[in-house]
Amino acid sequence: MAAMSYLVHSEEDRRHLLEAIGAADIEELFSSIPASLRLEALDLPPGLSELEARAELEKLANENRVPGCTCFLGAGCYRHHVPAAVRALVSRGEFLTAYTPYQAEASQGTLQSIFEFQTCICELTGMEIANASLYDGPSALAEAALMALRLTGRTRILVSRGVHPQALEIVRTYASGPELQLECLPLHEDIGKTMAGVSSLDPAVGAVLVQQPNCLGVVEDLSHLAAAAHAVGALLVVSVNPSTLGVLEAPGRLGADLVVGDAGVFGNTPSFGGSSVGFLACRQEHLRQLPGRLVGQTVDRDGRRCFTLTLQAREQHIRRARATSNVCSNHSLNALAATIHLALLGPEGLRERGEICLERAHHLQIELCRQPGVRPLVTGPFFYEFALDLPVPARDFCAEMRGRGIEPGIPLETLEQGQDPVLEHPRPNALVVAVTELNPPEALAAYLEYAHEVLLLLTEKRECL
Amino acid sequence: MSRTSELEPLVFEKSSPGHKGVDLPASGVPGQEIRDLLPGVELRRQAPRLPELSEPEVVRHYTRMSQLNLSVDSSFYPLGSCTMKYNPRLHEELAALPGFAELHPYQPETEVQGVLRLMYELEQMLLRVTGMQAATLQPAAGAHGELVGVLIIKAYHRDQGEAHRDTVIVPDSAHGTNLASAAMVGYRVVELPSSRRGLIDLRALEAALSEHTAALMLTNPNTLGLFEEDILEVAAMVHRVGALCYYDGANLNAIMGKTRPGDMGMDVVHLNLHKTFSTPHGGGGPGAGPVAVTTQLAPYLPVPVVRRIAAGEGDGETQAGGERFTLDYNRPLSIGRVQGFYGNTPVLVRAYAYLLRMGAEGLRQASEDAVLNANFLRSRLSRLFPSPYNGPCMHEFVLSAASQAEGGVTARDVAKRLLDFGFHPPTVYFPLIVPEALMVEPTETESRATLEAFVTAMEQIAREAREQPQLVREAPHTTVIRRPDEALAARKPVLRWQ
Repeated sequence: MAAMSYLVHSEEDRRHLLEAIGAADIEELFSSIPASLRLEALDLPPGLSELEARAELEKLANENRVPGCTCFLGAGCYRHHVPAAVRALVSRGEFLTAYTPYQAEASQGTLQSIFEFQTCICELTGMEIANASLYDGPSALAEAALMALRLTGRTRILVSRGVHPQALEIVRTYASGPELQLECLPLHEDIGKTMAGVSSLDPAVGAVLVQQPNCLGVVEDLSHLAAAAHAVGALLVVSVNPSTLGVLEAPGRLGADLVVGDAGVFGNTPSFGGSSVGFLACRQEHLRQLPGRLVGQTVDRDGRRCFTLTLQAREQHIRRARATSNVCSNHSLNALAATIHLALLGPEGLRERGEICLERAHHLQIELCRQPGVRPLVTGPFFYEFALDLPVPARDFCAEMRGRGIEPGIPLETLEQGQDPVLEHPRPNALVVAVTELNPPEALAAYLEYAHEVLLLLTEKRECL
Repeated sequence: MSRTSELEPLVFEKSSPGHKGVDLPASGVPGQEIRDLLPGVELRRQAPRLPELSEPEVVRHYTRMSQLNLSVDSSFYPLGSCTMKYNPRLHEELAALPGFAELHPYQPETEVQGVLRLMYELEQMLLRVTGMQAATLQPAAGAHGELVGVLIIKAYHRDQGEAHRDTVIVPDSAHGTNLASAAMVGYRVVELPSSRRGLIDLRALEAALSEHTAALMLTNPNTLGLFEEDILEVAAMVHRVGALCYYDGANLNAIMGKTRPGDMGMDVVHLNLHKTFSTPHGGGGPGAGPVAVTTQLAPYLPVPVVRRIAAGEGDGETQAGGERFTLDYNRPLSIGRVQGFYGNTPVLVRAYAYLLRMGAEGLRQASEDAVLNANFLRSRLSRLFPSPYNGPCMHEFVLSAASQAEGGVTARDVAKRLLDFGFHPPTVYFPLIVPEALMVEPTETESRATLEAFVTAMEQIAREAREQPQLVREAPHTTVIRRPDEALAARKPVLRWQ
């Protein structure tokens, strides 16, 4: 039986409406559809009741394994605690079921919260202006690359191999349309930082893209990279994990020209990678080329301060073919969740959260590197994600650890997923590990205990072969 | 939106030094100096000026802010081409189940078979609704889907040795995103003037089509709410010159169970889950814009593709076993990725739940009721706000406030006056081909009582426009703010709190 609860009319209602229109039956209202195109019926099963649908979805949900506190997966999607107050506020119907705030008088709640989000992003990144959000970090990176090329009038993009291979792929996809050129900057094999000597950059390059921390977890030297980019008149685009910005210096103060990233680390659950919040921040002088929505402050006819969408002449609904981007709907509700979480954290909470993750990650790394044959993959400083070089294939290590209830990290080869390797050659023994405040000390202890056992087991197996 | 609502200060203005809303446990590991953990790294010299509030203060602030919004939950929201239908609460609970919400995208496939199955089944259902052959759920919004679709078209032509095709044609009634998406992929865009009846003009199309045409992008019904009766001929004409047909699915709510874009000859289709399929708009997203294509274009879909491996089949890598689902990265012709991971999963869960709940009958009924409601409103309002296209419509229709111009009343004024009646206004000034346009889409989840109340309000506004135009020109009168100065906002942009 179809979901009558999602439909409103009774048969009597329908009769009444048809009569008011002067139509004999509903089919008359579809008479403009040529007969040859008319469908008999959709080939879908009949609708389920709420009870049945819930049972069906719960069954599907239960077929997935919910990661616990022994999950150490990162690589662009970081698990963080979401306070209950965030969910409660974000699920309010007034936020959830509102539309894009085109009518300012009806949308001050949404508009003001976006203005607050924009402000938070500026504060975190050290930039002057931030947009109302984009889909995720990687698509924001791609938009920033296109923006940088518009600003410099050039057609070449340089991307560090420290940028997550999947994000790099997305930049490639966006660049393929207008047929822009893309080349990669290597990482230093031992240190793991992006190599960009001042003389080594091509003067035809308009945008240099780096990730902070990079995909091996290494904290890049942004001042150095900014100098290299600026020396050839290119713009430095930094994709930053904003979780680190209570401890690390803001990219805007280190010479970054465009700062992007994913604010989904605040207020949002991992959701299989689907609860992201892309952001893009720039300086005043670049404002006209910024894609995405912007909320601005103004006054109404009675002089009351209020907020409204502004500078819409950049956008698709006004500028159409000459818009800065096609982006329309973005990730507004996820951005609201991030804003609320940042309001709860404050500067102290942000720093504290960062330090907890930092301390635990370093503790785990040090202890793991005491295991025979385990070394850091690279020596550069790291924040809460690090890469290890194991004495055995990372995939085998992960399989054995999973059998013991630990999700120990992501093999670098999985991260690379058929793309060119991050370092010069493929490293099958490399593992990328993330540690957050969701991994308590007991989880770290369990990791260490099982890692010892598993490495022994796997090394013995190899020796037997 | 309560008439007694007061504006809220900014969260930064409510900040009090030392207030904090989150308490975290200690790290529990031996402490170390941050400088020692991050040697040679530039550390934060000045803390970001985030607000300092306790949890109760944060809850109060955002609760009060929410009360300044109109929403589908509280009000009739007849925005044309937005399909502001009811957002079922069951779907919110289901999307929040830990078995979906807590999954990490890098968990091994064996651990996420439930969500992979959901994605596969959702794709299959969307293919049946649209009559297409293969799909991706990766795009995060309709415009993102358009980008994917146009990239697919470009890749296809390149592989056919037809990379010289550099033009995309759109009707002048098209959504702005269509043009912007084509331009983002490097295409030149040609706008086709609509016929007197508001449809695609076949002669103009014939003249515009050439060996340089890559695609025609259209929506059907179009943004005037009119079904393109010549759609089969249109598709045939486009295919005859070797170009492809792109279908913008924003208006799919008119035709579910009645006809399908695949049967119309469309090659690429995008859908808006946050329109037709009831997922909430969230104040501007997240949505999802799945793309469905014909078999010949399937190889170009973004990677990875969700594949079903039947029971007993192996895939060369693992043992044959029960039915299972996998993410297929072996797609040499794929246009690549457009999103970090696999799609906006929470939105996909909601849409899947909607399709399960509605079933074939429910979807058909939804489209019928949507078209019924739109025609009812049109039959009552088109006399008062006549537009050049007053005939029967599908799920939406366009009015014009041009006949109110005598009193100096514009479409904007009518929209603002509607706010005083507690309604969110229709879309205004779109489509561009109707002067003083008001685009109305009621959707199927509005009752007779609501429709009648809207008609009454519009009748009163029409009367006021004649008899007391100033009341309309100076509207709204009862909202918490009135007529923000948009010119000032653009001239002197203040885009953050200082």
